[in-house]
Amino acid sequence: MATDASVKYRINDLVKVRVASPPGHFRTPTYIQGKTGQIVALCGVFPNPESLAHAGSGLPKQPLYRVEFEQSEVWAEYPGPAKDKILVDIYQHWLEPVEAPGEP
Amino acid sequence: MSDQHDDHKLHPGIGEDSGPSEYELRAKAMEDLLVTKGICTREEVQREVDLMDARSPSDGAKIVARAWVDSDYKAMLLADAHTAINELGFHLPDTTPQLAVVENTDTVHHLVVCTLCSCYPRMLLGRPPDWYKSLSYRSRAVVEPRAVMREFGLEIGEEVEVRILDSTADLRYLVLPKRPEGTENMSEAELAGLVTRDSMIGVTTPRTPETAAA
Repeated sequence: MATDASVKYRINDLVKVRVASPPGHFRTPTYIQGKTGQIVALCGVFPNPESLAHAGSGLPKQPLYRVEFEQSEVWAEYPGPAKDKILVDIYQHWLEPVEAPGEP
Repeated sequence: MSDQHDDHKLHPGIGEDSGPSEYELRAKAMEDLLVTKGICTREEVQREVDLMDARSPSDGAKIVARAWVDSDYKAMLLADAHTAINELGFHLPDTTPQLAVVENTDTVHHLVVCTLCSCYPRMLLGRPPDWYKSLSYRSRAVVEPRAVMREFGLEIGEEVEVRILDSTADLRYLVLPKRPEGTENMSEAELAGLVTRDSMIGVTTPRTPETAAA
């Protein structure tokens, strides 16, 4: 039996969303792919919808994070204040680590 | 008799019946399969449909009003919505998706959308409004949320941070709107009467005592 994927990221970690278009049912919107954001919450560990939607087991379960993005990072011409944000819940296997500026 | 009923095409379900749509046929076929394979009974399917139909934004309004009058309850609601809502006598299912509540304040305004489909806190509010499922809302709410809210009659000041929640996965979001001013002397039941479905999505704010009376 497959074990759950272990939780890899912590609150405040910077992450980049993978760019991919796997066949079938995935829950990572295209507009957020390739963007860099910050983890603000771990929502839980859930069966992988890409497997579930096609009668799979959903295993290994994936940690799900709430990731906060600056609107100006997502849309080059965002027509609102710089402080506006967008929050998207993203499964761990769609995230890649980003080194914070100034870290070794 | 006037000729005003020549507009049957404007009333879905009334007038010429063109037969079941492709989606209705697909749903029917899936239900038949579930029953034939013994996964669930037709009665169980109907019970879930009835349960969904029985849910209403007025249930969400009761939760909001309690949070407005009871700060301890509000803290619990924001930390663990499932427990807090069931404490008021509701029976949210233990299965996913889970419900989370986000608070609008003087400095932060949340707006909920599902860009991928129509994810919505159905376990509490029932079915979403049609506009919530429209491609227009789903695409524009993330790109130009302030313009979208303006079209609903809500102008958010530049000093307020707008936070869009795209419910793409296993959580559904309910907005706890800001309590309107001038409501200090209202009862919890009166306060619930100010809370609208749209204010719990974030596209508007609750009624005020003035607009509620109008």
